[in-house]
Amino acid sequence: MDHKSPILELQHITKRFGDKVVANDDVSLNVYKGEILALLGENGSGKTTLMNMLSGIYFPDEGEIYVNGNLVSIRDPKDAFNLGIGMIHQHFKLVDVLTAAENIILGLKEKGGLNVKAAAERITEICQKYGFEVDPYQKIYEMSVSQKQTVEIVKVLYRGADLLILDEPTAVLTPQETDKLFAVLRNMKADGKSIIIITHKLHEVLDISDRVAILRKGKYICDYETKNVTAQELTDAMVGHAVTLNIDRPEPVDPKERIRIKDLTIRSIDGVVRLNHVSFTACSGEILGIAGIAGNGQKELLEAIAGLQPVETGSIAYVNDDGSEEELIGKDPLEIAEMGVSLSFVPEDRLGMGLVGSMDLSENMMLRSFRQGKGIFTDRKSPHKLAERVVEELEVNTPSVETPVRKLSGGNVQKVLVGREISSAPTVLLTAYAVRGLDINSSYTIYDLINRQKKAGVAVIYVGEDLDVLLELSDKILVLCGGEVSGIIDGRTATKNEVGLMMTKIGGGEADE
Amino acid sequence: MNNSLSKVPLFHITRRKELPWYRAWLIRVIAVIMGLILCGIITMFLVKINPLDVYKTMLSGAFGTSRRIWVTAQNMAILLGISLALAPAFKMRFWNLGGDGQTLMGVLGATTPMILLGGKVPNIILILIMLVCAVVAGAIWALIPAAFKARWNTNETLFTLMMNYVAIQLVSFFVVVWENPKGASKIGIINQDTMAGWLPQIGNNQYLLNILIVLVLTVAIYIYMRYTKHGYEISVVGESEPTARYVGIKVKRVILRTMLLSGAICGLVGFLLVSGTSHTMTTTIVNGRGFTGVMVAWLAKFNPIFMILTSLLLVFLSRGASEISTIYGLNDSFGSILAGILLFFIIGCEFFLNYQIALKKTRKEVKIDA
Repeated sequence: MDHKSPILELQHITKRFGDKVVANDDVSLNVYKGEILALLGENGSGKTTLMNMLSGIYFPDEGEIYVNGNLVSIRDPKDAFNLGIGMIHQHFKLVDVLTAAENIILGLKEKGGLNVKAAAERITEICQKYGFEVDPYQKIYEMSVSQKQTVEIVKVLYRGADLLILDEPTAVLTPQETDKLFAVLRNMKADGKSIIIITHKLHEVLDISDRVAILRKGKYICDYETKNVTAQELTDAMVGHAVTLNIDRPEPVDPKERIRIKDLTIRSIDGVVRLNHVSFTACSGEILGIAGIAGNGQKELLEAIAGLQPVETGSIAYVNDDGSEEELIGKDPLEIAEMGVSLSFVPEDRLGMGLVGSMDLSENMMLRSFRQGKGIFTDRKSPHKLAERVVEELEVNTPSVETPVRKLSGGNVQKVLVGREISSAPTVLLTAYAVRGLDINSSYTIYDLINRQKKAGVAVIYVGEDLDVLLELSDKILVLCGGEVSGIIDGRTATKNEVGLMMTKIGGGEADE
Repeated sequence: MNNSLSKVPLFHITRRKELPWYRAWLIRVIAVIMGLILCGIITMFLVKINPLDVYKTMLSGAFGTSRRIWVTAQNMAILLGISLALAPAFKMRFWNLGGDGQTLMGVLGATTPMILLGGKVPNIILILIMLVCAVVAGAIWALIPAAFKARWNTNETLFTLMMNYVAIQLVSFFVVVWENPKGASKIGIINQDTMAGWLPQIGNNQYLLNILIVLVLTVAIYIYMRYTKHGYEISVVGESEPTARYVGIKVKRVILRTMLLSGAICGLVGFLLVSGTSHTMTTTIVNGRGFTGVMVAWLAKFNPIFMILTSLLLVFLSRGASEISTIYGLNDSFGSILAGILLFFIIGCEFFLNYQIALKKTRKEVKIDA
């Protein structure tokens, strides 16, 4: 790879939020023409902030940005477009009721009238050039996540971007879709486009990138030629000290049936089937991993068990140690707790469901316990003690237990939530995307906590998105596809490819390609 | 270089970390002073009166004589009472804009037995009946929109607002039914001779009992919102309904219960207006305080103790404003302009409590720094 001319130079970029938070501290970084640069760093290391300055969302406090050798000032996203910089955000910014083509030309001021047909032709041209598959006339709401992402990428290319920034593009994709995306990225690279990709997944970094730049705590640490580096080296550089990358998987001790689900069918309010005759059993002392593309019924499944989701048909039985069963359907979380079923739930939406962002740590501990005690007054002392205990045992980084939880970082928020949920000594623990957005250290803390629950005989249902982790952590893996059980396989023998295929097609079977 | 320099944004806005309380209050004091200065400038240019005299007049209008102090305190008590009613609803993010109507229904509820039963039952019984009727009427008026919200998720803002007009029409109907003397289209002082249904005075102070009742209420609501299980549920429902459901709080029940409380307190204030203050019923007796109360509650961030201060501020501004108009022969609007400016600064400074503005360093300075 010959690094002739940098298409982008960042020099001494510093961005502060308020007096104390330095999101980027004197970062200098070059991106060359026709290369794929992976930007790697833990959460809060300033990757997204840095990229947001390139796409015109933030403005740097100090430092200079050069594009093709010229000093530029990027005040808003329009400036970024004019400079040929396009960002594909983690959360898509598309209008659901419009078609792909309409979304792509939305906001563009082209001469002449609105000409969707001409646009569609150009879109097809772009797609053919790089190997995308997009129907310009398809409505966004009919598209899968990966198709929507393709539309976002085409949108950026349509506007003539030479430098594409992708913020965690693979978080929502299956392994097969990821492969397709990477093929397209390689085509773009061959065409001379430069690409910055933000990702947490090390094997993807090694797979796709030419060079890796590492940020830690807002500072630029170093960069590597990808071909000369290993996953372990990258992790160590990212975290700042050596880390072991293995997840424990102790053998289940005396597993007993705990949750038995039969023929569970759930419809959303607008009548769409979310779960279709789902049956499985979760056992004590085991981790049941649930794999599937996001939005294939995982949320509904967990919420149904937790008593938050109306169910159309089927049964969810809680099996006691003596073999007697209790039906959970039709009961709300309070009634389930009153039956003596100790069920803990770490929901996907931490601050929107699991916690109250504006309340402090000890008030959040109260969410589960505030009804305890007689009389009309709340007991504030024991939640306070619990909060202090969680902070100490899980090493939550917080100024005090009186700090509102929304001021904590993602990892610490999750520790507070998990800490509260396991404090009640549950027999069933439901977790949805427990490590989403967490850095490596926090993720391993969470895996460890989950494993400890497993050893204590808790039936753990773990909904995850990172297949590597699911394969390392789970005793059994249930794969959901379109709301149906695509298969239940042994976590110790399953392969990633097998799970990936089952995610896209009931029962897996032969690959279509 | 020069070209790109001019392209740098002039300033940017960032969120503040928590401020120590004294700095927060310093910002508020500065805001009030700036507001007073602007008011002064406007006064000098518009009506050519020494602003210091204007401020003195405002003060004397609100606190000049002991009678004025009592009236101010009484107005404050009524406004504070309505604000206390609204606070739990707003804390729950239930936008109860029906404070006027709920209080007015309390007024109607208190007036009805006062007229129909006046002199027929012992006074203490009459007062109790009036109290119960007022509280129930206010509560019903709040429960109707709450029930619709809980059952069909209707928009409570419009619903409570519309209920105000229904209440006004109802009161206006009964004013005609009970008009005294005939043809006057108003009720006049009820039971003027017998004083039946009038709240007793403590000593010579006509309003003291009202004020004491509202003070007790303030403490009660403070404790309710802060230390009880109900209060905690209200906060959780207000912050996030999914969280409330997740921990098994019955959201509908909390909405109904809290609105019942909100309406009942409005009804109580309606009772105080009739039995303890005016001894009559008019359609304008609440005088928009159901809306001013929203401001009182918001300004104090729903803390009942701070609401004492904010209700005092709003009553002071309105009484001061009317005093200016009277003394200097200006029309009503001028006083309102001044009150508006002061409020603008007081509310506007909240922005600076949460955010700070950093001026952009020029590139030159950066170079020197580096």
